Amino acid sequence: MLLTAALFAPLAGAVLVAAVPASRVALVRWLALAASLVALALAVAVAVRFRAGEAGFQLGVAADWVPSFGVRYRVGVDGVSLPLVLLTTVLTPLAIAGSWRSADRPRGYLALLLVLETAMLGVFVSLDLFLFYVFWEVVLVPAYFLIGSYGGQRRVYAAVKFFVYTLLGGLLMLVGIIGLVYLHQKATGTPSFDYDALRDLDKAPATQRWLFAAFFAAFAIKTPLWPFHTWLPDAYTEAPTTTTVLLAGVMSKLGVYGFLRFSLPLFPDAARDLQPLLLTLAVIGILYCALVAAVQRDFKTLVAYSSVSHLGFIVLGVFALNVQGLQGGVFYMVAHGLLIGGLFFVTGMLEERRGTRRIDEFGGLQRSAPRMAGIMLVITLGAVALPGLVGFVGEFLTLLGAFLANRAYAVLATAGVILGAVYLLWAYQRMWHGKLERDENRAVGDLTGREWAILAPLVAAIVVLGLFPRPLLERVEPSAQRVVEQTRQTSP
Amino acid sequence: MQLLAQATAEPLPLPRVDWRAIAPELALAGAGVVLLMVVAFWPGARRGLLAGLTLAGLAVAAGLTAWNWDLARVAFEGAVSLDGITRYARLVLLAVGVLATLMAAQGRGPEGEESDAAGEAPPEVFPLLLFALTGMVLLAAASDLLVVFIALEILSLSLYVMAGATRRMAAQEAAMKYFLLGAFSSAFLLYGIALCYGATGTTNLLGIARASVDPTGDGTLLLAGIGLLAVGFLFKVAAVPFHMWTPDVYQGAPTPVTAFMAAGTKVAGFAVFLRVFAGALGGMVVSWRPVIATVAVVTMLVGAALAVVQSDLKRMLAYSSISHAGYLLVGLAAAATVPAGISASMFYLLAYAFMVMGAFMVVQYASRLGPPDPGPPEGSGEPQGGAPVDWELGERSNLDDYRGFARRHPWAGALLALFMLALTGIPPLSGFWAKYYVFLAGIEAGLTWLVVVAVISSVISAFFYLRVLVVAYLQEPAGETEPTAGRAPALGLALGLAGVLTVVIGLAPEVLVSAARTAERILG
Repeated sequence: MLLTAALFAPLAGAVLVAAVPASRVALVRWLALAASLVALALAVAVAVRFRAGEAGFQLGVAADWVPSFGVRYRVGVDGVSLPLVLLTTVLTPLAIAGSWRSADRPRGYLALLLVLETAMLGVFVSLDLFLFYVFWEVVLVPAYFLIGSYGGQRRVYAAVKFFVYTLLGGLLMLVGIIGLVYLHQKATGTPSFDYDALRDLDKAPATQRWLFAAFFAAFAIKTPLWPFHTWLPDAYTEAPTTTTVLLAGVMSKLGVYGFLRFSLPLFPDAARDLQPLLLTLAVIGILYCALVAAVQRDFKTLVAYSSVSHLGFIVLGVFALNVQGLQGGVFYMVAHGLLIGGLFFVTGMLEERRGTRRIDEFGGLQRSAPRMAGIMLVITLGAVALPGLVGFVGEFLTLLGAFLANRAYAVLATAGVILGAVYLLWAYQRMWHGKLERDENRAVGDLTGREWAILAPLVAAIVVLGLFPRPLLERVEPSAQRVVEQTRQTSP
Repeated sequence: MQLLAQATAEPLPLPRVDWRAIAPELALAGAGVVLLMVVAFWPGARRGLLAGLTLAGLAVAAGLTAWNWDLARVAFEGAVSLDGITRYARLVLLAVGVLATLMAAQGRGPEGEESDAAGEAPPEVFPLLLFALTGMVLLAAASDLLVVFIALEILSLSLYVMAGATRRMAAQEAAMKYFLLGAFSSAFLLYGIALCYGATGTTNLLGIARASVDPTGDGTLLLAGIGLLAVGFLFKVAAVPFHMWTPDVYQGAPTPVTAFMAAGTKVAGFAVFLRVFAGALGGMVVSWRPVIATVAVVTMLVGAALAVVQSDLKRMLAYSSISHAGYLLVGLAAAATVPAGISASMFYLLAYAFMVMGAFMVVQYASRLGPPDPGPPEGSGEPQGGAPVDWELGERSNLDDYRGFARRHPWAGALLALFMLALTGIPPLSGFWAKYYVFLAGIEAGLTWLVVVAVISSVISAFFYLRVLVVAYLQEPAGETEPTAGRAPALGLALGLAGVLTVVIGLAPEVLVSAARTAERILG
C-alpha cells in the first residue's frame, strides 16, 4: 500500500492543483511542491522498509483489474527499480522548485509535471505488463503538453515528433505484449499479463527474437539508442528547462529500465544472440553523440547530446549481461539523472539571467557568479566521471562489465569517456573562464536561495554517492545478480 | 429450375407472432408514431417537450431491453434472433439514441432557439430519430436477409431525410448524395440477397449457413451473392472503396445528425455484418476472409492517410471514422474462427460510439458560438479538399476556427482533448481497450500482419488527432473577442455523459467486456 500511495500521491496532487483557481498562483505552487514532497516522503519510507540483500520484489500489491483479459494491478520494487523510484521522487520537487518563477500558466504546468511523475513512477513499479504499458503510454500525454504548450520556438514540431515517434514504438511493443500473452493463453488456457508468469513461460528462440524486436522498438526509441535518437535533441532543446530535467533525468531511464526488466529476463536467448548488435549500437551512440555534442553552439543542445552519449554507457553495461555491468548500469542511471538534471538546471538558471544559451555569448562567468561556477564545476566533473564523484562509479562498473563481456567494445567506449571530458570541459572553459568581456555577463548574479535549495541536494548526492556508493550498490546487487541468472537460462 | 420448383412447393410457413421478442423495436416505433402526431397536430410544441417525449420512448425501450435481457431465442420462424449481439447492440444503440436526442434538443445560437432559423433542424428530427433507431435495432437482430433489407431501409430512409433536415444548401446536398449512393448500395444488397436465395433456396441465415457448407450446392452463385452482400454492408459501414459519400455527408449534415449517423449506423451495420458473415457464412471463411482482410487494410490506411490532409474537423472525423471501420473489419475478419473477434468488435462499437459522438458534440458546442471572428488568416485559410469554409454551413468545423479553443473554453477543450486521445487509443481511455481487444482477436486468428498494419494506421492517425490538440491548445486564439456560448444544458449533459463514459469504460472495462463475451454465440 505504501508503494501505491507513493505512486498516486502526485496524481492526487495534480487533481488538487487543477481544482484551485488559476489566479491563486502561490497556492498552486505550494500545493504542487507539497504533493511532490509527500511522494518523496513515501518513497523514502518505501526505501527504509526495503530489505537489502533480497533479490525478489518487495512491498508488492496485487489486485484484479480486468479479469476477462487477465489484467491485474500489480506493483512492487526490487533493487533495480527502487533507486529509480527515489531518483524520480527527488528530481520532481526540484523541478517544481526550478519552475517557481515561471509565470506562464503555472497551474497547468505544475499539474502536468505531477501527472508525469505518477506515470514515470508507474513504469518503474508495474509488475503487470499491461499496467506497465498503460503507464508507458500515459507518460506521453503530459510530456506532449509540457513540450508543446510551454516550450520554445519550435515546440509544436518537437512535441509532435516526440509523440508520434514514441507512440510508434509503444504500439509495436503492444503487439509484442499481446503475442506474449497469447503464448501464455495457448500454454495454460488463461490469459495473463503477470511479469513472473510470462517470464517462466517457455518461448522458442525464434519466437523470442520476434518478441524481442517488438519490445526493442519501444525501448530503443525511448532511451534513445542511436539511430533512433533524432526526436531527442528537438524535444530536450524545445522543452522548458525544468521539463527537460525530468525528460533527461528520468524519462530517458524508462527505455533502459525496460531493457533490463523485460527484454533480458523475458527473452534470454534473443538477448544473448543480439548482444553484439546492442553493444555496437551503444558504442556508436557514445562516440557519435559525443562528437555531435562537441560542435554544438547551444549549451542546452550540447547537454542533450551528451545525455544520449552517456546513456550509451548504461546500455553497454546492461547488455554486458554480467553482474558488474548491470549493477553499474543501474547505478549509472541514478548518477546520470543527478548529473544531467544538474546540468540542465544550471542551463535554465543561466537562460533566466541572460536570455540566451549560446556558448559564445558567455565567458568569464566565474568572476561574476563564483559560487554558481563552483557548483557547475562539480557537476561537470561528475559528468566527465572524475573519481570520487558519482559518475565515476557508474562509468567504471559499466566499462568493467563491458570489458569482461568483450574487450573491443570497452576500448572503443573508453574513447567516448575521453571525448566526453573534452567537450564538457571545453564548454565549461569557454563559458566560465576567461575574461569578462560582455557587460551582460558582468551583471549575471550569483545563486539565489531558491537556486541553492535546488542545487545543494543534487551536489550533495553527487559527492556522497561518489564517495560511498556501497549502500546503493548493495541493494542493487542481488536483483542484478538475479537478472543475470535469468538471462543465462537457456530455453529448452 | 428444380430448385425453384422445390422452393415454391413448400408452403410458406406463417410465423408465430412473438411480441415480447421485438418489444423494444415496437416501443421505439410506437414512440416515433406518437411524436409524429404531436409534431403534426401541435406545431408550436417546444423542443424540450419533444425531446422529453423521445427520451421517454427510449426509456421504455431500454426497460423492455432489460426485461428481455436473458431472453435467448429465435423468433418469427428464424427471422429475428435474440442473442448476445442483439442485446449488446440494443444497449449501445439506445445510449446513442439518448445522446443524439440531447444533441438535437439543444437549440442553436446563444439566445433563443429561433435565432438561426435556417440552421435549425425542424421538430420532425425527433420522430425520424426514433424510426431510424427502430431500423438500427431491428437490423442488429435480423437473422433473415429480408428482415435485414427491411431494417436497413427503415434506418436509411429516415437518415436520408434527417441529413437534409435543415434548410441549408450543404445539408440538402449531403442528403441527396447520401440518398443516391445509398439507394445504389441497397440495390447491390438486394441483388446479393436474390443470388443467395437462388443458390440456397432460402433467405434465412440458418438455412444459408446449412446450405453454404453443403458440397452439392451452387458455390459460384452463392459466392457472387456473398460478394454483393458484402458490398452493400461495406457501403453502410463506410469502408474503402465504398466510402466516397462519407466525408461529404458527415460534413454537410447537421452535427447532431452526423453524430447519430456516425455512431448508430456503424453499430447496426457491424452487428448485422458480424451476424451474416461470422455467423451464417462462417463455414465459408476461407472464401471471404482474404477479401475482408484486404478491404480492412485499404480502409485503415486510406482513411488515416486522407484524414491527415483535411482542414475541416468534421471531414477529418469522417475519414477517421473510415479508418475505425477498418479496425472493426479486422475484428470481423478474425470473428469467423475466433469468437473473441465478435466480442472485440461489439466492445469496439460501444467505445467508438461514445468517443465519436463526443467529438461531434464539441463541434456542435463550438458552432453555437456563432460565426468565427472576422478576419480569417490571410493566405493560410485556403480550403482543402473542396471544403467550404464560410459560415454557409452554419457550423464551426474548419480547424482554423479552433485556434486557442481550449484557452477560451477550458472544459469543452479538455473534453475535445479527451475524445481525441481516446480515438488515438491512449490508455487508459475506452478507445485503447477497444483497439487492444481487436488486436488481440486478430493475433489469435493468426492475422498478425493485419494487426501490424492496424498499428501503422494508428500511428498515422495520431498525426491528425494530435493536430486538433495542437490547434486547440498550442495555438493562440485568432480573434480579439469571442462571444460566450449561451447556456446549453442538454448539450452539456450529453458532453458530460460521453466524457464520463469514455473515462469510466477505460478505467473499469470489465463489466462491459464480459457482457460482450456473451455475444460470442450467434443464434440463427
